[in-house]
Amino acid sequence: MKLEMKDTPGQLVSVLEPISECGGNIIAVIHQRDPESESDTLDVQIVLDLPAGKLPALIDQIKAQGVDILRIGEERLLHKRSLIMIGHIMHTDISDTVDQIDRTGFAEVSELSLMMPAINERSSARITIKTANRTDMESAVSLLRRVAGKKEILVVEPLEEWA
Amino acid sequence: MGVRVALLGFGSVGQGVARMLGEKDLDLTLTAVADSKSGIIDPEGISIPEAFSRKARSGSCGKPKLSALDIVNSDAYDILVEVTPTNVDTGEPALTHIRKALGLRRHVVTSNKGPIALAHRELMELARKQGVALRYEATVCGAIPIIHTLQHGLMGNEVKALFGVMNGTCNYILTRMEDEGLTYDQALGEAQEMGYAEKDPTYDVKGLDTALKLVILANTVWGMDAGMKDVQVTGIDLITPEAIQLAIDQETAIRLIGEAIPSKDLLRVSPRIIPRNHPLLVEGTLNALTVVTDMAGELTFIGKGAGSTETASAVIGDLLYIRERYAGRP
Repeated sequence: MKLEMKDTPGQLVSVLEPISECGGNIIAVIHQRDPESESDTLDVQIVLDLPAGKLPALIDQIKAQGVDILRIGEERLLHKRSLIMIGHIMHTDISDTVDQIDRTGFAEVSELSLMMPAINERSSARITIKTANRTDMESAVSLLRRVAGKKEILVVEPLEEWA
Repeated sequence: MGVRVALLGFGSVGQGVARMLGEKDLDLTLTAVADSKSGIIDPEGISIPEAFSRKARSGSCGKPKLSALDIVNSDAYDILVEVTPTNVDTGEPALTHIRKALGLRRHVVTSNKGPIALAHRELMELARKQGVALRYEATVCGAIPIIHTLQHGLMGNEVKALFGVMNGTCNYILTRMEDEGLTYDQALGEAQEMGYAEKDPTYDVKGLDTALKLVILANTVWGMDAGMKDVQVTGIDLITPEAIQLAIDQETAIRLIGEAIPSKDLLRVSPRIIPRNHPLLVEGTLNALTVVTDMAGELTFIGKGAGSTETASAVIGDLLYIRERYAGRP
């Protein structure tokens, strides 16, 4: 997000604090002072990773500090997980399978590799899903599990690291 | 004369135990042996070489008139070693053997997953009431002393999760598919030829063996009263060579993993994708098991999950543990 704030001591900290209080993780703070500028305000860009649903609360808190939010950038999808599907993947409408993930709004399919050994034999596919965070990933994977279950497709999931 | 041992079952595991009792000077005396067709009792200690040669000659280790149950009901032994074949549905005849022996205040050591998975709580309670031990190290992961580690070595730790490769047959099949590009059927055929898979491989490849072991571990560690019905089970029989290739392309592999995570109420057996450098990624018939604890952190054990002598190692460990623990008691 890009913020406009007063160029006074302590102002930047007062914006960063609510981020960590929301459970967010600051990835980068870009802050360039334009020497030509006559203005007493400062533009700051912050790149951050935030738990799902926390953004509106954070925006309110930042505004309460008297800081203007000039722009909120695209949410980047940081979590990636690859799964392998085995079954009649084409005949059970692969685009529908992908659509169901994409339609969630919080997850998207970013890669699909399909191997079909012979007509009428079971095919195998590696599907990579992206989400903004782990909770969304769990929901997306359980959705895929459900969809695949109905289509009699076996889903091989990665063994997640113990957190 | 040392502690007297009666051995029920003279297949791969039973023969391994008998051979090691004969070869090693452990001060344990084998006073009775039975297989499915015959039995023999000698209070002075039976001749182990003779039992082997009778088995080789006639297919029976003893006399046809003496049954396993006769031995259980005799007073010829202090510790019963129950290593008859596993029955997943009823646990019999082992369940009856174990109940009777515990009822007679005899210690029991078993490699038989059936009774331990089906009736863990009942049998442990009976053993406790009778003031004797029931130990079953050999039921899970062969030579890896996982039960002993969980019950004793990690005392005071909270075990948060357990997961691993617990079936050598599945691991062999998946390893061969990966190394040689074999189909599932080809790799299974090879495993059967090598003696790693049964003629009817269902029990292994459908994940049931892993599920049984998971139930035993969960009931041991967390005192759950879990059964097979509580485990979500998917086997490896539908895995394609293409799926294995798709895993290889990402520096990963597919393995059959059993996992127990009580905080998620999860008991699950399923083929999973594991990174190539993961400690659980073992080759061939090996087993590997990771335990996650609060104090000790993560521990991973790797070892042979089956084999006559390897399983005997687990049985003999239990026998000697009981002898030390109960030394000097009438």
